[in-house]
Amino acid sequence: MSTTSVLYDAPGKRAKRRNVIYTIAALAVFALAAWWALAIMADKNQLTAEKWSPFVKDSRIWTTYLLPGLGETLKAAALAIVIALPLGALLGIGRLSDHAWIRVPVGAVVEFFRAIPVLLLMIFSYRLYVEFANVSSDVRPLYAVVTGLVLYNASVIAEVVRAGILTLPRGQTDAAKAIGMRKGQTMSYVLLPQAVTAMLPALVSQLVVIVKDTALGGAVLGFADLLSQKEPIPANYGANTIATLVVIGLIYIVLNFALTSFAGWLEKRLRRAKKSTGAVLGANDAHQANAPGHATNESGV
Amino acid sequence: MFDFLDSGQYDLLGAFWVTVQLTLYSAAGSLIWGTLLAGMRVSPVPLLRVFGTGYVNLVRNTPLTLVLVGCSLGLNQTLSITLGGGDFKSIGFRLAVLGLSAYTGTFVCEALRSGINTVPVGQAEAARALGLSFRQVLTLIVLPQAFRAVVAPLANVLIALTKNTTVASAIGVAEASALMKTMIENESSALFAVFTLFALGFILLTLPTGLLLGWVSKRVAVKR
Repeated sequence: MSTTSVLYDAPGKRAKRRNVIYTIAALAVFALAAWWALAIMADKNQLTAEKWSPFVKDSRIWTTYLLPGLGETLKAAALAIVIALPLGALLGIGRLSDHAWIRVPVGAVVEFFRAIPVLLLMIFSYRLYVEFANVSSDVRPLYAVVTGLVLYNASVIAEVVRAGILTLPRGQTDAAKAIGMRKGQTMSYVLLPQAVTAMLPALVSQLVVIVKDTALGGAVLGFADLLSQKEPIPANYGANTIATLVVIGLIYIVLNFALTSFAGWLEKRLRRAKKSTGAVLGANDAHQANAPGHATNESGV
Repeated sequence: MFDFLDSGQYDLLGAFWVTVQLTLYSAAGSLIWGTLLAGMRVSPVPLLRVFGTGYVNLVRNTPLTLVLVGCSLGLNQTLSITLGGGDFKSIGFRLAVLGLSAYTGTFVCEALRSGINTVPVGQAEAARALGLSFRQVLTLIVLPQAFRAVVAPLANVLIALTKNTTVASAIGVAEASALMKTMIENESSALFAVFTLFALGFILLTLPTGLLLGWVSKRVAVKR
């Protein structure tokens, strides 16, 4: 909230009184909803101490289930970003090529993989590894998840890279030409270094999308990630399904919130620094790529 | 190449129809919930703002898969909430719509809020100087411009939602990706044909949406 809002003035005497009334009414509604939810949960014995206490008292629940699961999630996310980044950069540069025989096919590939749900890509690549590759069955889910994530996110990153390069003023290219740089030199010495800085926040927030999408592997492909621990824990600790889901959810939220905040901090810092052209691709721009056909911001998977 | 379709064993259109229905119901649900959330986030009451911000930050950082699994395992199986009963199929469908709306609502909220932020503060100041009330400022000045500004972001949300409906297969809703998984397992010799078929299906669903709403957004945009 900035100091001046478009919608309302600084509250005066009457507005302040009205706000107090609204606050009380809202509190009452929230309290009712919370009471209702807690009553249902208590009714099914989900609030009793033994359902929740293992998470603080029994360290084995962490060492056997939650931490290894989190490890798998992070491993898949890290692999996906490490492979997708250079691939995405190549595709993004390819889309800006002067040669139609590079630009057009690359564009088709990028648009294709952006238009398709990432789950479809995961299921497809899982079967691909079953049929055509000699991947042992215990790492196959990881391979499938990473392949699906790479195909999708490389095309998203390609769009971010393209947008990052296009935000640079045209004069940059003209100046590079004027001092006799070749096209490759212009790209690698002038455009890319600036574009990379500009798109850092967008890339960091794309990590959030990747971390969230790894959960698909746990639910559909039998990948032993954090979310897939939702079954063994209630089985071993007395049907504490809700407690388990809440704890797993909190881990994801803390992780992703840290990434989101980092991206936001980075964006602010880069905007302030203005060392380059001052153009920064915001954290929300990473999500733009969910729409084939046009590029504006916001949304996500 | 596509002869596996002739057996009549797979209800391809039926599966995509479920996908379309999931998309439409969830789109309606998330539009309503997202507008409410956006209203809370820009309201003058601090408590509502805190709730809106907290909800958006929590839900946006949770995987959609977890939201849907929570609806199925937590709400339905543990707390026996069925949202109006019926058989396993219709309960699963409604839970999926609930989860998708709860999740997508946060993105709708953020889109609307950014739309409200595109309206220059000076306009509201001018409106207040003319003596317009809060409601007049909102309905006559700010919202008409905000909605026109967010057609394109909302189109992106809708397309992402269409793709996200595949996650409903994680809780056993028989939509397109669930059918694709079965078909790929049974017809592994036609792996590429099956994948191409479903990929084309999703492109057919998302591409026209993007093009149509992209055109609309250009037509209605407020030129500044």
